[in-house]
Amino acid sequence: MLSPGIEQFRMNKEEALISYLLRLGDNALVLGQRLIEIVANGPELEEELANANIALDYLGQARMFYSYAGELEGNGRGEDDFAFLRDEHEFKNFLLVEQPNGNFADTIARQVLFDVFYRLQLDALILCSDERLAEIAAKSVKEILYHLRHGKQWLIRLGDGTEKSHQRITKSVQKFWRYTGEMLSGDELDDAMKKEWNGPDLKLLKDEWRKEVAVILNEATISLPGEQWMAAGGKQGHHTEHFGYLIAEMQYMQRAYPGASW
Amino acid sequence: MYTQGLDQQGNKTEGPEPVESAERLAAFQARIDDEEKIEAKDWMPEAYRKTLVRQISQHAHSEIIGMQPEGNWLTRAPTLRRKVILLAKVQDEAGHGLYLYGAGETLGTSRDQMVADLLSGKAKYSSIFNYPAITWADIGAIGWLVDSAAIMNQIPLCRCSYGPYARAMVRICKEESFHQRQGFEIMLTLSRGNDAQKEMAQDALNRWWWPSLMMFGPSDTDSKHSAQSMAWKIKRFSNDELRQKFIDVTVPQAEFLGLRVPDDDLEFDQETGHYNFGEINWQEFYDVLAGNGPCNTQRMANRQKAHDDGAWVREAARAYAAKHAADKAA
Repeated sequence: MLSPGIEQFRMNKEEALISYLLRLGDNALVLGQRLIEIVANGPELEEELANANIALDYLGQARMFYSYAGELEGNGRGEDDFAFLRDEHEFKNFLLVEQPNGNFADTIARQVLFDVFYRLQLDALILCSDERLAEIAAKSVKEILYHLRHGKQWLIRLGDGTEKSHQRITKSVQKFWRYTGEMLSGDELDDAMKKEWNGPDLKLLKDEWRKEVAVILNEATISLPGEQWMAAGGKQGHHTEHFGYLIAEMQYMQRAYPGASW
Repeated sequence: MYTQGLDQQGNKTEGPEPVESAERLAAFQARIDDEEKIEAKDWMPEAYRKTLVRQISQHAHSEIIGMQPEGNWLTRAPTLRRKVILLAKVQDEAGHGLYLYGAGETLGTSRDQMVADLLSGKAKYSSIFNYPAITWADIGAIGWLVDSAAIMNQIPLCRCSYGPYARAMVRICKEESFHQRQGFEIMLTLSRGNDAQKEMAQDALNRWWWPSLMMFGPSDTDSKHSAQSMAWKIKRFSNDELRQKFIDVTVPQAEFLGLRVPDDDLEFDQETGHYNFGEINWQEFYDVLAGNGPCNTQRMANRQKAHDDGAWVREAARAYAAKHAADKAA
């Protein structure tokens, strides 16, 4: 028989995994939801195709994270309960991914700043001690590598394209820079994930992220933004004003017709 | 590659000189009659080329404009599974647009020219996309009815005399049949759902039924391009034949769903084995074709805006490519 102390420890460990899975799912879902808003608004048909493809990958990943979280939780909640029936403060995605699409430069800057981090995070999760999460990470990272190649190429082209495109992408990178802080600084959950499940070490990730982003920005002829105040709160469920509209639209059907099957 | 098709100007490739002697025309027709495929480099009458460019580009434009009514529900799809399926469908449509523009380009008209003709209003797209997708059930009805009508129009095109178009259609038809099934499945779920869902499904059928019948085009007696296209085997069945086939197949499906087809004159004719149906409102058809449908202005404005908003991006890509052309050559 387990002592109450050990029981408690096991609960916490599993709860940490569930919460972490939901964070991963929320990032993927929210960014996917942003991208499908602009499904027929690309600068070129090839880009509309790429954008849909990228959004499909994020949505597929969100479903895997949510389904697994639901199974671990064991209360009968599934992917749709997490996506459509939680309130704003229950979503723990980064503020960065909920930022509005803006112009094409904004979309690309948001994408690259996030994907460089997400790729490193998934790479680290392949080595985590939960087998199923490691499998999902291994599958997802292949998709993210493709997104990153696409986003990086565009960021470089815009930075080193015309004067106008250079100005726009520079402004977009600067605008979103303040939202990169919370991805890179750990909180209790990140610590628990590292300790209990051999999760990512954010200190290492932060250095790698800065190095990789610096290389991309350099090739794009954009100067690296300096140290500055960083926004935070997404990981704790404190969102920007944009987020309420995003989930209001996304959850409309489930909220308007409670309990219906679709 | 991303640079492909980025505003290429003036690269219209000219086909061989079209000397349309009686012998040449007869030899061309003989090849068609023998069910030979005409390929891009083969000689063809100018009218054949023009007919194909018109039809293929209209088809491509329809795929692209068709992304809008469905895109309208992507952000609100009721479950993640539905959202992903719908997104995959919208992505397929962008892909179909791409192959079709490619097939059109083999006839010597650039994609930029085709897109310019769409934006100027010179080229048309299927009028069905000028109707609004108001409720979630419309996504079901579009898949079930519109894609089904499209498949009936398109299956015969897999045997079209022009090789590149026929081959593009083989690939497209496979995906369209998946689209049709997802639409029917949405309708089935709704029709087995609660009262509000059943009502939503019936309302969608009421609004999409007649426009779907109009998708087959004017009656054979009024169709100006039909006879020549049949002779060239671009078209294999008449508008009225295909429309009848669609009705015969779809009415039993509506019955299975427990929905009522909004046509008081609809009845099964035991003698012919076909359904008789009521008069189509051709005035509405011509109005929508002339630009006066519920969404014509909105659809074109959205497409124009995407094109205009993307101009600086395409320009940046060209500037970058030009700057780095030397690096690549080195």
